[in-house]
Amino acid sequence: MNAAARVQTWIDERLNLEEALSPLREKTVPVHRHSAWYFLGGLTLFLFGVQLLTGVLLLLYYHPSAGEAYESVQNITNRVQFGWLIRSLHSWSANLMVFCAFAHMFSVALARAYRKPRELTWISGVVLLFLVLGFGFSGYLLPWNMRAYFATKVGTEVAGQVPVIGHAIMVFMRGGEDVSGATLTRFFGLHIAILPALTIGILISHLMLVQKFGTSVPESVEQEWEEHPDRRKEMRFFPNFFLRELMGWYAALAVLIALAVFLPWELGTKADPFSPAPPGIKPEWYFLAQFQTLKLIPAHILHLDGEVLGILGFGLGGALWMALPFIEVLAGARRVRWVRAGIIFAMIFLASMSVVGYVAR
Amino acid sequence: MRILKNFRWWLAGLVMLAPCAMAEQGKNACVDCHSKLEGNLRVVVEESAASVHGHKAMSCTTCHGGNAEAEAKEKAHGNGFRGRISRAQVTELCGSCHADGERMKTFNPSLRTDQLALYHTSVHGKKREQGDERVAVCTDCHGVHDILPINDPRSPVHPVNVASTCKQCHADGDLMKNYRLPSTQFADYSDSVHHEAMAERGDLSAPTCSTCHGSHGAVPPGAASVANVCSTCHVLQAQFFNESIHKEAFPEGCATCHGSHKIKHPDDNFVGLAKGAACAECHSADDDPGRSAQAIHDRLSQFEAQIKDTRGLMDRAASAGMDVADAELEVAQAKDALTKARVRVHTASLPRVEAELNAGRTVAIKAHNTAEEALRERTRRRKELLIPVTAFLAVVISLGAYIRELERKQSD
Amino acid sequence: MVTRALPGECPLEKPNAASLPRRTALRFLLGTVVGSVAALMYPVLRYLVPPPESGMSASEALAGRIDELRPNSGKTFRFGSRPALLVRLASGEYRSTSAVCTHLGCTVQYRPETSQIWCACHNGCYDLNGKNVSGPPPRALDTYEVNVRGQEIYVIRKQAA
Repeated sequence: MNAAARVQTWIDERLNLEEALSPLREKTVPVHRHSAWYFLGGLTLFLFGVQLLTGVLLLLYYHPSAGEAYESVQNITNRVQFGWLIRSLHSWSANLMVFCAFAHMFSVALARAYRKPRELTWISGVVLLFLVLGFGFSGYLLPWNMRAYFATKVGTEVAGQVPVIGHAIMVFMRGGEDVSGATLTRFFGLHIAILPALTIGILISHLMLVQKFGTSVPESVEQEWEEHPDRRKEMRFFPNFFLRELMGWYAALAVLIALAVFLPWELGTKADPFSPAPPGIKPEWYFLAQFQTLKLIPAHILHLDGEVLGILGFGLGGALWMALPFIEVLAGARRVRWVRAGIIFAMIFLASMSVVGYVAR
Repeated sequence: MRILKNFRWWLAGLVMLAPCAMAEQGKNACVDCHSKLEGNLRVVVEESAASVHGHKAMSCTTCHGGNAEAEAKEKAHGNGFRGRISRAQVTELCGSCHADGERMKTFNPSLRTDQLALYHTSVHGKKREQGDERVAVCTDCHGVHDILPINDPRSPVHPVNVASTCKQCHADGDLMKNYRLPSTQFADYSDSVHHEAMAERGDLSAPTCSTCHGSHGAVPPGAASVANVCSTCHVLQAQFFNESIHKEAFPEGCATCHGSHKIKHPDDNFVGLAKGAACAECHSADDDPGRSAQAIHDRLSQFEAQIKDTRGLMDRAASAGMDVADAELEVAQAKDALTKARVRVHTASLPRVEAELNAGRTVAIKAHNTAEEALRERTRRRKELLIPVTAFLAVVISLGAYIRELERKQSD
Repeated sequence: MVTRALPGECPLEKPNAASLPRRTALRFLLGTVVGSVAALMYPVLRYLVPPPESGMSASEALAGRIDELRPNSGKTFRFGSRPALLVRLASGEYRSTSAVCTHLGCTVQYRPETSQIWCACHNGCYDLNGKNVSGPPPRALDTYEVNVRGQEIYVIRKQAA
């Protein structure tokens, strides 16, 4: 251990590591009956790390062209040693990460942790969620199978319905009028370069903001602690909270590997643009709610196109969601219950639409 | 000023074109009147304008005579008016152009001009010469005013529609009774594999009535020539049959076992001694050929079962996420071998069928092994899963214990 | 710096909050963590080693060697998971097409007598460019590019845009 201490001193003399790390050493996490929810953010971060690692490994064998993408994924899954594992891990971890991101966001919303001074943390978090969904959408096309091709076709068509600029958006996304090899190249660049750069940048700000303002405590607990100061409890981040997080991460890893073995991600059939769309094509579960809602909206509402209204509605919903801290301030202290009800309504709506979308033919 | 000048020219042009417009209208004086009539005097401009004759700018008078520009009936029906063309006159009238090579060259040089000559050799033509008015003439199959080119799917003589056109007479029991002909051919054909290919798969190369019987020269193929007709597509089967011992025994050839109209897809039970099998009509288990036939059936069924079994294994492996692409090709090759073996059934020789099956068996076994290996790999992965899961579980447990220790120390 | 109270030393002195639990617990934990990392690294390291014959993609295949085919003969070979045909013309030139008949999927063959590609199932014929010339086949056969490299003959699928 002496050697380790000596190395530590050597580095510290030059880089002042001690000073940089001391805030982390002193960082604490509040402990109360709702503390379990605090693990979700770190879990999402861990899964992002898993995505980075498995993604880089997949990059070593993947060919991003329409003629070779499918075969290269086939090569990875069937011929490269443990390629099946890396590939299924990447796909399952993506889904789990989206789920954790949503869960983290909803737990923060319900605990109203977006209140002053944490508005920017909330906004950066919502942006991160959109980036994660962007990862999901762009990555989904890369195996270039029928499902991916038509899901992308439908998804970009929906984007094209935005009034005025929709067509331009669609052509920009597709790299042309139709989904083609150009789309694949574009989505590939998005998935491995543009989105990671943006995400890491915003992620660092998000984490720095969390560090700056500390972990928020739900109002009910805050009140209780003000009345009974002796009940206030904090846990050190290092090592106590972090070791607990580590337990969760290892458990998640075990679940992911079991999923990869028992429910491997399918190869599908190679995309054929001239084939008709297979019946019952559906997007991945995290887009199901929007997809199903659009299907249920009648074709016309008061002379306006139903689908366009739906898309605008989602846009508005997203903007409102991002502006939640400000809405609450505008609504005033007496209407907090309404805001809370609105949040719960949004959650129930998304959840039920996802279920309906999953069950529908 | 310039605009006005232009406008004047435009106006002049319009004025000059007007007579042409009026002349156009003049051409259709026949239709102007006949579109208002009822029953079989009614002719609508759409049918004639859309027809192949309409497109070649032929008018009513080309066939009916008369004056197309006259509005009054007497003038319109003057000038060599032929009136309604009777059934007896149809073939000669159509033939007056369509059998005239010089004439047809000016419209479509690649069209045949022997239809009338062929028609005279056909049963329909011969009967008509004897004065039978009921047999088919040109208009019965091709239509009257609405004749379309035969590659137009709306034409009654487009390959997809031929059978429905022939059936209008040939499925009419009362009509066919007069000629002592059956009327079940269309129903039989509709049940056949050829009809399925044409109507359901859209395979225009599949045979329809005219493919085997001819169109203008329609004659039922003589007993000896049926096999010639079938062999145009089914070359190898005919070849093997001709080499076999059955050729002498069955002058009717293919139709002996397969029928003529109701040709169903033969499955392996068609061969052998089971009830309904073709071989059982003449052979039984008491004679060598009969036992041979049964052996052929058994070998074919067994090989098919082997392929199905391998296919099942492959599907299981594929649904478990394993790669079976290598096995796909091998199974396709095995299926090819089975097809070849089935075709050689026509040799009526067990050794020849077996030779093909043996070649196929090697490939099928390879496919089977590939699929089995894939399933073994799947099991191996599930077992190996225990390693990381145990490792991680150990970490989680030791982390838990460590945390407990740590916090006990911290709270002291 | 980390202070550790050794067992038996200063029994009345309470260990401070930063002290670690017993060595064995820590050692055990570290052991399991290292074990788990190894369990993770093993598949990753094996993944990094490229499998054999991974240079071949589904758009290219080895069809044969230059001494295999006599002029005016053909052979079937495997291209991806479908059969393909390699034909050597009388002039010595090579041509290659898909061997899957466009009618009902039977495997076609080369017929030296007529210098045509023929399907035994329903007597469909194709010319040496894969074009369907007679019989039931509704479409031409897909053609491939032939590339002779040294002693080996490679066949390349034409790339779609």
